[in-house]
Amino acid sequence: MQKNNSQESVLIDGSRLMIEAMARAGADTFIGYPITPANLLYLYATQRFELMLPAPDEITTIQWMTGLAATGRIPVTATSFPGFALMIESINMAYMMELPMVIVLAQRLGPATGTATCGAQGDIALLRGMYSGGFSIPVFSPSAYSDSWTMAGEAVRVAIKLRTPVVLLTSKEEVMTHKNFDISHLPEITATQMKGFDLADEYRTYANTEDKIPPFLAVPNNKHQIRITASTHDTKGILQHSTEEAIDNTLRLQEKTMKYLDDFTHYDLDEQAGATKLLISFGITALAALDAVNRMRTSGEKISLLTIKTLLPVPPVYYEIMDKYSNIIIAEENSTAQYSKILFGDRLPKNVTHIGTFGRMITPSDIINGGAE
Amino acid sequence: MSTNFLNTSNLPFCKGCGHDLVSKNTAKALDMLGLDPKDVIVVTDIGCHGIIDKALNAHTVHGLHGRSVALATGVSLGVQEPGKKILVFLGDGGATIGLQHIIEAARLNLNMSIVIHNNYLYGMTGGQTSGLTPEGFRTTTALSGNTFAAHDLCALTHAAGASYVTRIMGIGDFSDQLAEAYKTKGCSVIEVIELCPSYGVKFNPNRKLRDIAFEAGKPEGVWTNDRPPFNGSDSNFKEKYLKPNVKSLFDKLDKINIKYPSSLNKGYSIVLSGSAGEGVQLAASIITKAALSCGLNATQKGSYPVTVGVGFSSSEINLSPETINYHGMDIPDLVVATSEEGLAYSLKKIKQMQGGILIIDQSLDVPITGAKVIPFDFRSFGAKNASIMASIFFADKTGIIPRESILDMMESSGLAAKLPLEKILAALDRD
Repeated sequence: MQKNNSQESVLIDGSRLMIEAMARAGADTFIGYPITPANLLYLYATQRFELMLPAPDEITTIQWMTGLAATGRIPVTATSFPGFALMIESINMAYMMELPMVIVLAQRLGPATGTATCGAQGDIALLRGMYSGGFSIPVFSPSAYSDSWTMAGEAVRVAIKLRTPVVLLTSKEEVMTHKNFDISHLPEITATQMKGFDLADEYRTYANTEDKIPPFLAVPNNKHQIRITASTHDTKGILQHSTEEAIDNTLRLQEKTMKYLDDFTHYDLDEQAGATKLLISFGITALAALDAVNRMRTSGEKISLLTIKTLLPVPPVYYEIMDKYSNIIIAEENSTAQYSKILFGDRLPKNVTHIGTFGRMITPSDIINGGAE
Repeated sequence: MSTNFLNTSNLPFCKGCGHDLVSKNTAKALDMLGLDPKDVIVVTDIGCHGIIDKALNAHTVHGLHGRSVALATGVSLGVQEPGKKILVFLGDGGATIGLQHIIEAARLNLNMSIVIHNNYLYGMTGGQTSGLTPEGFRTTTALSGNTFAAHDLCALTHAAGASYVTRIMGIGDFSDQLAEAYKTKGCSVIEVIELCPSYGVKFNPNRKLRDIAFEAGKPEGVWTNDRPPFNGSDSNFKEKYLKPNVKSLFDKLDKINIKYPSSLNKGYSIVLSGSAGEGVQLAASIITKAALSCGLNATQKGSYPVTVGVGFSSSEINLSPETINYHGMDIPDLVVATSEEGLAYSLKKIKQMQGGILIIDQSLDVPITGAKVIPFDFRSFGAKNASIMASIFFADKTGIIPRESILDMMESSGLAAKLPLEKILAALDRD
């Protein structure tokens, strides 16, 4: 029994933890358009960021954020599917421009407007395919409130380090639920700095350096001309049709993300000796998975649990873990097995079971019953 | 021949294109204003004009179709140094897509100059009609002439509040007019009228630029508003919008000390259901915090229609001496229903209950349920106090947490002073 003995116990929601963590990690700007269930994030942002401005819509939100990022600021926004859908072209733009930002995507029941106050995990397939060309955006998925802290900070760190947009994927149940939480044991988060540039050198906005990450100079700069573009471009940032240099530059974007995937791979693996069954989950459903595993083990069943925090791109280590089990259960709050299909394709292998719900949270009982051998 | 701002005189436009004149007159105007190329950021849109980037010695930012003004807004808000110039180049297609962004820039009076290369059609994609094509003007998609009148961008942006708005005929040397607009503090909108040599001239032979504009009711002109600018380098902006000393969000949280015992030895789930404006969420918060003061773990989340001021209001609370992971709820252990709307919202759960407790306002019809039903008059001190009264009733009837823990939270939150607490307690004690 884990009694709440903490003298630092507070009633807190995931939104507060995320905004505070992102601010400490170096984000200094919030641009947003309010949308349920992301409204608490918006509210806290007004209190925590050095600069917070309301945009008139979600396309404008990402455009303003990108312009601000070009001047050296680290912007954040929060939205839900209807807003995110509007943002996608502009996030592609920021990706091509290699400008950092974090988009908190609080999932709700869709399609379309759906139900604003009902949670879901239904936007994963969208995230997988949101970049033209099939390129990958880093997506982090917190589940426990401690993850809301660490993954939010990590999202900012990766955005800055890789000069790229990052999605922090959450859901209504995580950002709007109040819970007692001990904030005194949270790990420290320190601010990350953009990779700088030696002003004596020739500057190329998209220099192909060994680490795949071009050094950053903010506009305007008094010494070097800076060219930023979303169109296919060479290392100077000049629009090109499909020259070898320009194509290499575009391909570098994906290479950059994959080069550092190990660095931003986060998961919890609770392995039980002798288990042949592996339960995989993430986000809000991972909490039900945790309870389900405890109950299954109490009843004598052997089962291991993989809680995924780096959702996309899929880290290879997940396959290495899955290869050790003959029976794999994937629990996610959607009816279409979105992450399961990302892992295994449209035809799931016979040893893979998807447990999903639509319009309600997955319960521990859903998992226990659905995963029974 | 190159200039300060152009690295070539051989610009990448069709012969006779007005974009060539806009670029060269812009370069001249910026020279006239004494600006250094590295003090200038040119944000370009998609369209023929956008390929000017590589010929510019200024900083260049090239984004999406129609979004250049919004992108430049971010740049304008982010640039903290004074003396920097932000120019936006876009065509009539970009202006049509991004009309809201232009209106917004004018409304905020952002410190930038927006140059709309209006050649009355979409040149890059084959000469189709745009939102700025005048009525009667012929395009590849309106061979008999455009049916609709064009937006009047100058009237729209002037009405929205831009400091300086002008319409210029893109003929010859108009650098003086551009310089006048570019030196404006705040938002300047410059509509340069051109004829696309590939499509506009072809489908509208023998028509003169000035005549087309005049017949469309959109001749040259200058319109101004006396307004302060809004931008990142402006002291007004810094004072009002930059908060350098923001504090941790944790500073505002109340740390709750354990002061009371709890009799709970396993998980317990509660639903409070009432109507909007009757203190349901507040009562749920009080119960949850009181539970924390009893050493319990707790989760609490509200549920209500998107119109938060009407209809039902419900809150789910999970209490447990153990760590709570999953915080959803199947069948609750206790439901408190204080209004008709709240009862209706929770009816399915109430009917599913095979045990537990239903606390219900005595004015409501008791539904079929396996729960123990405890009616009470919660609305006798007004509907707005119904849920608060029920929170004390809950503590008394279940004994999970002591009444004092509830009263303590009401006191520390300042709620107690706003309630007829003595009367409420007296009524409860009479039960």
